[in-house]
Amino acid sequence: MTKILAVDDSSSMRQMVTFTLKTAGFDVDDAADGQQALDKAKSNQYDVVVSDVNMPVMDGITLVKNLRNLPNYRFTPILMLTTESAGDKKLEGKQAGATGWIVKPFNPDQLVATVKKVIG
Amino acid sequence: MSIDLSQFHQVFFEESFEGLDIMEQALLGLDPENFESETINTIFRAAHSIKGGSATFKFNQVADFTHVMETLLDEMRNGERPITVTSVDLLLKSVDVLREVLGLLQQKAKVDESVYKAIFDQLNSLIDNEHSVANETATSTEEVTNSENTTATNNSSTHWFIEFKPQPQILRTGNEPIRMFRELESFGELVCVADISNIPTLAVLEEDSCCLSWRLGLVSNVERSAIDEVFEWVADECELEIKQVSKIELEELINGTKLVDAVDVSVEQKESQQTQAIEAANEANEGNQKETSNETNEASGTSIQVRQSTDVKSNEQVATTAVNTGGSSIRVGIDKVDSLINLVGELVITQSMLTQVSDDLTSANIELIREGLAQLQQNTRELQESVMQIRMLPISFVFNRFPRMVRDLSAKLNKKVELIIKGENTELDKTVMEQIGDPLVHLVRNSMDHGIETPEERLSKGKDQTGVVELNAFHQGGSIVIEIIDDGAGINKDKVKGKAIEKGIINTGDELSDEQIFQLIFEPGFSTAAIVSDVSGRGVGMDVVKQNISSLGGTVEVTSKPDKGSVFTIRLPLTLAILDGQLVRVGDQIYIIPLTAVVESLAVNPKDIVSVAGSMEVFKLRNVDVPILRLYETFGIKPENTEFDNTTIVVVEGAGFQMGFMVDELLAQQQVVIKSLESNFVAIEGISGATILGDGRVALILDVSGMQRRSARAKYKKRAKVA
Repeated sequence: MTKILAVDDSSSMRQMVTFTLKTAGFDVDDAADGQQALDKAKSNQYDVVVSDVNMPVMDGITLVKNLRNLPNYRFTPILMLTTESAGDKKLEGKQAGATGWIVKPFNPDQLVATVKKVIG
Repeated sequence: MSIDLSQFHQVFFEESFEGLDIMEQALLGLDPENFESETINTIFRAAHSIKGGSATFKFNQVADFTHVMETLLDEMRNGERPITVTSVDLLLKSVDVLREVLGLLQQKAKVDESVYKAIFDQLNSLIDNEHSVANETATSTEEVTNSENTTATNNSSTHWFIEFKPQPQILRTGNEPIRMFRELESFGELVCVADISNIPTLAVLEEDSCCLSWRLGLVSNVERSAIDEVFEWVADECELEIKQVSKIELEELINGTKLVDAVDVSVEQKESQQTQAIEAANEANEGNQKETSNETNEASGTSIQVRQSTDVKSNEQVATTAVNTGGSSIRVGIDKVDSLINLVGELVITQSMLTQVSDDLTSANIELIREGLAQLQQNTRELQESVMQIRMLPISFVFNRFPRMVRDLSAKLNKKVELIIKGENTELDKTVMEQIGDPLVHLVRNSMDHGIETPEERLSKGKDQTGVVELNAFHQGGSIVIEIIDDGAGINKDKVKGKAIEKGIINTGDELSDEQIFQLIFEPGFSTAAIVSDVSGRGVGMDVVKQNISSLGGTVEVTSKPDKGSVFTIRLPLTLAILDGQLVRVGDQIYIIPLTAVVESLAVNPKDIVSVAGSMEVFKLRNVDVPILRLYETFGIKPENTEFDNTTIVVVEGAGFQMGFMVDELLAQQQVVIKSLESNFVAIEGISGATILGDGRVALILDVSGMQRRSARAKYKKRAKVA
């Protein structure tokens, strides 16, 4: 089963993303900031990482950079959750190595569709 | 897929309120002259999270409001906007507004625009005035590109030619061309030709660079924008040409002469072969991507939500008072939950051990059973302690509201006050915490209003013109102690005494110790403020503070020195779930009196009993008349003794005065677990709950001040009947 790591410091968003992806049949773990996510990513192999950008401790951009330095995550799809106002964040995320982005606010169907786009 | 988003609303509200608290704290600590960028980041993140959540959960008013706040904060964060006292004030007001709006939404109430309009406009004008519209431009350019994309729409099946030349590093962002082709394939018929001319020799081939480019033919009725979207994430990393062509043009382009080294294939026949070729090429590029390990995942450091069923008062953070929707919840560290699970595991082991032993009950096994029971006892005690731990929260939850309050209040009173908070990590039961907030607010207000002097007055006394109010919390024995210390004028003993005489609380000739004089300020109807200000004189006196603290099983004391200041000391039990009780017997019933209320127990000589007003029996205890309540009469049970010779009087104190309970026998003092009478039966005045004793009997726990009110009414009725 496809394993996904969902990263967001907001617990409502995290729960929503996790629940949605689980409902869609994925195996989902979550993390509340970049550092937690990185730790989890090191001990597990995830097929997709979905991460927020603004987070305490370690933000999403730094997380992407760190993940891309791990041999097991060189090609893993990493999706950033960004807000429409953060146009430059998309670019920054891309430069750090993010695969793509999902623009907030999104509904559960959009989320699942986007994730399906990058797996396989 | 339909997912009901409302299931996440409660979590969203809780985290938003938390976020608002964080913002408020950070804003209060923000010195416009000298601040750390992380502080602004923290504030920004909180606003950003609320915005993201509210937009997702369709609370558009909140989303719009926080969007403006976020814009403002983003500019501050990037150094594009100076941080001024005015803007901090406005942000603080915005926090208040958001709290109110979210409170209303949480109660599923409609939010009228008037609630937030004024502050919203101020925020907007602050941004507009300074023409910093970075974010707006970003949004609008995006809209422009989107509209360009949608112009080329066509409803009938169209032939699309796509030339896709990715840059070599494209794979390093996890963008896999084959996924894009697969997505295109879902639109219609796709033909795909790979150009392998750029593949270098094996010696210089880098496994993670993409050396292929593709020409694609798509026959589909999709709109141009849908194709653009497929390549959206890689638009900056490739040369991309998308054009609408005729069928013949498409065939020519796909098999074009430009492609010298490419395998020459005809569109219709070799389609499958091509796909295979691409797949092979891609697999080579994929390299070591698929190396999965399935270790189980250890959730460390996260916290989980534990639902709690006891009904507690609605969250005090919600300014608007209204019904508490749904159960409130506690955030509990995962380590606390883990230790619980661990203990339950041990309990199960002990239980199965006992079951096993009981299958074969011989005298030889007695020792084993005894051992098992001892183990069980220990497990239970540990489990009890751990469960209590779950309800414990650091007192900072209450203390955190004070910096803001002190800030606002000192401006209002024209006084300079510094607030020092100590021991904010001291843990306290959640219910106690919720109920101690108001009394604390009152005491701090009181210290600032009556205690701390004006700067001029302080200077003339030779003090620093800034007064200090200190909040301090610590554990002492089984209680938590909270101190409110100020370095103000102190309590004027003569003034207090004079006032008490004027109000008829004491008599002119009464000799009172300093302690007794200070205690007078907690008497009902006592207020020394010459003018009733809107700060501390809200018709709620210190007597209410004392009453609230007593109802929590706590006490409040005050000491004071002229011109040095006052110290209010509150002592509270750590939890409301367990009570130290004095067991007493009346007839065949056992009652429990909270130990905190017990003054002393004594045998009374019948000669010392005086009947007053025909129906009330009193006796003199150190010059104070103490009325006696025959508990058996109150509860209508048959006692062993009705005479004073053979009974014991337990003197209790509640709501400021003493009373003697007549009982047959004093039993042990022990900790009892309080079971609510209200939720299991009905609320009865004078009874605060019940407990189950070791032998399985139910014993009622007496509420001393309730008993006093009850007996006062009974006396009144009795007298009325006599008359």
